[in-house]
Amino acid sequence: MSQFTLNVNGRNRSVDVAPETPLLWVLRDHLDLVGTKFGCGVGQCGACTIHLNGAPGRACLTPVSAAAGAKILTIEGLSEQGTHPLQRAWVELDVAQCGYCQAGQIMTAAALLADNAHPTDEDIDNTMAGNLCRCATYTRIRAGIHRAAELAAAGPEGAR
Amino acid sequence: MNPAALDRRSFLRLSLFTGGGLVLGVSLRRSARAGEAEVARVTGVTDANFAPNVYVRIAPDGTVTIFSARPEIGQGIRTSLPMVVAEELEVDFHTVKVVDAPLDPAYGNQTAGGSNSTPQSYLPLRRAGATARVLLLTAAAQTWGVPVTECFARSGAIHHRDSGRSLTYGELVAKAATLPLPDPATVPLKDPKDFKLLGSRVAQVNSLQIVTGQPLFGIDQKVPGMLYAVYTRCPVFGGKVVGANLAAIKALPGVKDAFIVSRTFEGVTALVPGVAIVADSTWSAFSARQQLDVTWDEGPHAGDSWASFVQQAQRAAQSGALKRVRQEGDPDAALAGAAKVVEASYRFPFVSHLTLEPQNCTVTIEGDQVKVLAPTQSADEVRRVVSAYLGLPPANVTVTVTRNGGGFGRRAQGDYALEAAAIAQKVGAPIKLTWTREDDLQHDHFRAAGFDFFKAGLDAQGRLTVLTQQHVGFDPHWCPGPNDYPSNFVPHYRFNLGQLANNIPMGQWRAPRSNTSAWVVCTFLDEVAHAAGRDPVAFNLELLGHKDLVYSPSGKGQPYNAARMREVVRVVAEQSGWGEKLPPGRGRGLGYFYSHLGYVAEVAEVTISKAGDLTVDRVVAAVDVGSQILNLSGAENQIQGSIIDGLGTAWHGELNIEKGRITQSNLQDYPMIRMPEAPRKIEIHYVKTDYPPTGLGEPALPPLAPAVGNAIFAAIGKRIRELPFAKTDLSWS
Ligand code: FES
Ligand code: FES
Repeated sequence: MSQFTLNVNGRNRSVDVAPETPLLWVLRDHLDLVGTKFGCGVGQCGACTIHLNGAPGRACLTPVSAAAGAKILTIEGLSEQGTHPLQRAWVELDVAQCGYCQAGQIMTAAALLADNAHPTDEDIDNTMAGNLCRCATYTRIRAGIHRAAELAAAGPEGAR
Repeated sequence: MNPAALDRRSFLRLSLFTGGGLVLGVSLRRSARAGEAEVARVTGVTDANFAPNVYVRIAPDGTVTIFSARPEIGQGIRTSLPMVVAEELEVDFHTVKVVDAPLDPAYGNQTAGGSNSTPQSYLPLRRAGATARVLLLTAAAQTWGVPVTECFARSGAIHHRDSGRSLTYGELVAKAATLPLPDPATVPLKDPKDFKLLGSRVAQVNSLQIVTGQPLFGIDQKVPGMLYAVYTRCPVFGGKVVGANLAAIKALPGVKDAFIVSRTFEGVTALVPGVAIVADSTWSAFSARQQLDVTWDEGPHAGDSWASFVQQAQRAAQSGALKRVRQEGDPDAALAGAAKVVEASYRFPFVSHLTLEPQNCTVTIEGDQVKVLAPTQSADEVRRVVSAYLGLPPANVTVTVTRNGGGFGRRAQGDYALEAAAIAQKVGAPIKLTWTREDDLQHDHFRAAGFDFFKAGLDAQGRLTVLTQQHVGFDPHWCPGPNDYPSNFVPHYRFNLGQLANNIPMGQWRAPRSNTSAWVVCTFLDEVAHAAGRDPVAFNLELLGHKDLVYSPSGKGQPYNAARMREVVRVVAEQSGWGEKLPPGRGRGLGYFYSHLGYVAEVAEVTISKAGDLTVDRVVAAVDVGSQILNLSGAENQIQGSIIDGLGTAWHGELNIEKGRITQSNLQDYPMIRMPEAPRKIEIHYVKTDYPPTGLGEPALPPLAPAVGNAIFAAIGKRIRELPFAKTDLSWS
């Protein structure tokens, strides 16, 4: 066991776990941040997508030792009240079915939009290919990202 | 009013809820009145016993709470069914609170599956909402001393037309609760043309919690003092534990206990022997498992393989010794006399459900009381098996259903709950059992594989006069059957069934049976149409005939509504541009199937590059699920999802078996469809008919695989007779 200080959603949190423990399980079991999901544990589904220093990463493949010192952003920290343009677009377009994959989808899409404010369908397809939606809500995820781009362009309260 | 004074058999029950307010329970018992009996006969809706299924509560502060008693598995039921109540009640949906009802025998059937929730609930829920509205109208009219006919309900209040006065529902509940219950038969339901909410687009009620990562799912649950468990089963189905390095495992960091579970439970939901590891966190349990070394007695099925199943199936089909399940006319003579005979055989593999949330369950045992927290489609099944295993009365087992991270039929079983209960009992502490993805993929109740061998005979006009089908499979419950379409449409018909000895767990998988039956049947019919030199749409419409309702020759069972199917086929042909010429490498194909009370036809449009890359450009669907779409947003999401799921499964879904075990283990060797392969265009056309609304979790899936397979044939002339499509080289020149 080792002591780690993690910066999660802007707050420092201490945990005492084995260094190889995946960040996924530290978030879920130790910090009670369960929005980051377990889907495959091998980097193939994207349900555990978080941001590490602004870049999307797989929490299931990130040992806690590698996350210490980085700025970790999870779905719970994406916005205060669920008002990130992607979250607003997701609610507006009713994207989810079971919803299990959607935190990961939104985190991947958030990194995409941060880089590319107006992605094309092709940009979206390429970026989102690593995120599985078992309920197959791909049509709406694609539409949701376009809608979020519009909402973001219109500002925090715009394009309602 | 005293609830006990009410007639228990009345269709609606009324009582004072703790804390005041008006509460209505609604029964799903089918009334014997002629109109409903007719509905039951035509649509196959069956009796669901007398039991309240949902409660409406209107509190004195005006809060309207609608209790939802069926699990949310992503099918949208937690939104669409409360919308039905809200429509008749005349309340604004965004003001309604939807609360999950606990599992209680008083609620009757609380299972989600088979697209049954909508047809079983629609009319009773309308009556619940309408009865509450009538009581509130009466209460207001009496308060004002005016005729009820001068009052109307809107947005959670009763209004007096002439004076403009109004009273909110909250202000009226105390009086409404004292009024006699109206005869449900006389309660006026709204004219569907006045619906404002039903048929509109409503985002599902938990949207905000979903997008902010709130702990909705089973795997997110935590209870005080909880430990974390993982369970290792024999990779060969039916194997047993001989021994394991338990002492070494117990010495690993974080591990609290490790033991063999040998007291099993037999049944449809079974507890298989295995090794439990219990630890202080999920990861401690998972990582300890990497050191686990188990000696298995693999049992009699350790030599099973897919390759040998294929050989056995072919031998069985050739043997002529399969069991004859159904025969009409004289198929042998008809084949001998046919102007043309067409023969083809098909095979499809086992597939996994792969709910994205792996199976999991949290169990607390305190004395003789058991609390189960489970993402499950069937709390009843969970309660049944857990109480039986622990030797307790069912009433001692409380099951709380969480949101399910996907269902697709997988969570109709209760195996994860049995395992969690067995482990919690031994450990003496609450535990959460989490399956790894590998556990989940390899120890599923799989979609059954199968082999189908067809022969058809055509007369001189190219009409289908005889059809024989031999199915060789693994479980007669979950395979194409003798009464599937088009069994009742061909004068000479035979269905033979062969069963391969096996020990593979199987179960319902989205649109069970239909998902494979549609593919073999509609693919073969396409082959027959082409052999006859006929256009597939014209050929299939002709096969569907001129009768509206088609019964089996015995007259038993539900009739097939050929009129509804002809209409969706006609609409999909028209909307897809069927018949327009496409360049080489592009093609359109038709699939149509009746399942789970829905009539659906789909046309897929594909492009295949010379190198053999498949793109599904467009899917057009014509869907008849009755008179009313409840939530347009949810319906569209289900249809799009069914189409993409149907495509992904037909394109990639395949489990292999060697040495008695599944050879795939996780997503790297069991590919699932991703966004780039999803059709860019999915067009949905609702065909509204005068039948009660039915569910959409399933019926749009079965037609997709044959539609795409038939489109591939139209594009490049290659006929795919084995799933998944990815096994066939589609290159052409
Ligand atoms: S759980 Fe991390 S990618 Fe699937
Ligand atoms: S919404 Fe169910 S997995 Fe994506």
